[in-house]
Amino acid sequence: MIRFLIRRVALGVLVMWLITVAVFGLFFVAPNNVARTLAGRQATPATIHLIEHRLGLDLPLWKQYTNFVGNALHGDLGFDYYHGVPVTQIIGQALPITLSLAIGAAVIWLLLGVFSGVLSAVRPRTFSDRSTTALALFFYSMPSFLLALLFLYFLYFRLTKAGFAIFPAGGYSGLTAGVGEWARHLILPWVALALLLAATYTRLTRGSMLDVLGEDYIRTARSKGLRERRVVLRHGLRSALTPVVTQFGIDLGQLVGGVVVTETVFSLPGLGKTAIDAINTQDLPVIIGIVIFASAAVVVANILVDIMYAVLDPRVRLH
Amino acid sequence: MALLEVDDLHVSFDTPDGLVQAVRGLTFSVERGKTLAIVGESGSGKSVSTQTITKLTRGARVSGRAIFEGEDLLTASPDHLRRVRGAKIGMIFQDPLSSLHPYYRVGWQIVEMIRAHDHSTSRRTARKRAAELLGLVGIPRPAERLDDYPHQFSGGMRQRVMIAMAMALNPVLLIADEPTTALDVTVQAQVLGVMRDLQEDFGTAIILITHDLGVVAEMSDDVVVMYAGTAMEQASRRDIFYRHHHPYTEGLLRSLPAHGGGKGRLIPIAGSPPSLINLPSGCPFAPRCPYAWDKCFRETPPLDEVFDEPGHRSACWLPHDWEGRQACEPRTETIDREETA
Repeated sequence: MIRFLIRRVALGVLVMWLITVAVFGLFFVAPNNVARTLAGRQATPATIHLIEHRLGLDLPLWKQYTNFVGNALHGDLGFDYYHGVPVTQIIGQALPITLSLAIGAAVIWLLLGVFSGVLSAVRPRTFSDRSTTALALFFYSMPSFLLALLFLYFLYFRLTKAGFAIFPAGGYSGLTAGVGEWARHLILPWVALALLLAATYTRLTRGSMLDVLGEDYIRTARSKGLRERRVVLRHGLRSALTPVVTQFGIDLGQLVGGVVVTETVFSLPGLGKTAIDAINTQDLPVIIGIVIFASAAVVVANILVDIMYAVLDPRVRLH
Repeated sequence: MALLEVDDLHVSFDTPDGLVQAVRGLTFSVERGKTLAIVGESGSGKSVSTQTITKLTRGARVSGRAIFEGEDLLTASPDHLRRVRGAKIGMIFQDPLSSLHPYYRVGWQIVEMIRAHDHSTSRRTARKRAAELLGLVGIPRPAERLDDYPHQFSGGMRQRVMIAMAMALNPVLLIADEPTTALDVTVQAQVLGVMRDLQEDFGTAIILITHDLGVVAEMSDDVVVMYAGTAMEQASRRDIFYRHHHPYTEGLLRSLPAHGGGKGRLIPIAGSPPSLINLPSGCPFAPRCPYAWDKCFRETPPLDEVFDEPGHRSACWLPHDWEGRQACEPRTETIDREETA
């Protein structure tokens, strides 16, 4: 197990390295000239050259790359082009917002998905099973921006116009301003995001649960005279959760790197929205920083999933 | 009165191909402290019938009666049934690896069983009892092994764990569904020994489902021979081996290698069991039977007493007296149903 983990971590490092190369290369191949943009319309070639020199853009590509990786390893992702703010600080400000969104939504979709999945599996092919499936597929196939916009239209715009100003139009309120305000600002994005993802979990839990309920050890559990509830939850769900945990780790890892659409629609200045803004302004260090952070989140999540396997299944621990 | 009396049990399943009649009019009884062996090929309805008694078959159409300690289990409330399962009827299954939960320690699984029926037992007491049970079924260092997972045991030891769990609450009946089929031959004998010792100590009745006549010879008091969902012959162990009436029983015995034998070839039963969806009329064994004649294909023989021996019954049209039955000669070839029909 330890050896397996070491191999997994080494592989993760390799992936991260490849990503830095890819991201770095990509943005230098792409046609853009930051120095010219920063220098303004009437800049002389000398000014542009000076700016390029200050930003280190006149160094050979390999030198720029090694400088970048060297700094990154020391926790320095450079400064943004326009305001000179450290990229790590930009990420540090956006991350709590993305985390609030992702984790809150995760709790909702996990509860919703697993609960409806179990209910479907316990009574397969009944009306309730089929309607749950239909509902899940409805949200699953809905574009995320559309669901978010519908939420805004009905639950913010129409409701506020009708005199019930319950939900804000968007924006973020930090935890320092109170948990209530924080949650009130996040509830719509949470639900909008959770409904999209819950569908996957309903289907996954249902399928996995149906497989498990056919296992011999479930028959044993019943033959022991356990209550059906205990058979389903303690014996069935315990095993059926393994694929759900895998999916959950991967999804959460992805979301921590930024929830582009939901953040944009609800004007939440998280990593996703920051990345979009940076792309619009060609703010290279910020883009690279966020991409690398998001990749790291996915890589770490995958390693955590592997560790979770061992925690969940005693059979994995020995190998 | 017998401990368990199963009367005219029918079990069928709706499948996309049609109604599968897995058990058709099975009647048998189990006496307290005795062992009843149910023998038959795969798909003869052995497992289905015993699992139906405790209602572990799901989605089945069931009719008949299964009177256990004076109450019909087939019509019992789910709550009554839950209290019978485990506490009064213990069960062990063919594959102990897949029958134990892979994620829980064996001690936990036994404790769960004990406390499911008697919540006043403390965890400590239940754990102590679990260790005792593991010792009882012959697992070395039982107290330490409580904290092991099923995959850390060998096949034979796992089946011992299953037996320990099934016997935890001292049930009056143990249903053992092919308990040794998945085990090595040497381990089989040990596991059977454990079951027999427990039976002697606690007076448990056993229903032993098997296709292995060696196991039947070793363990049983009475035998039911099943074929195509119904009983072909019922008798004491002695009669099944030495005074059988039914050609199917005869066929099973002739396809069994004799211990230390070497005299002559084994004679397999030709053909294969009928489909349980479209059962032909007449005796289900007739198409494979070396004694069959026209009547066998037309009329289903009832399960009647034979040889004037109480409790010895056979569903066959062959003469019901010993001399008459002995005079019947099997044909060397079986006839095709198409030719006679």
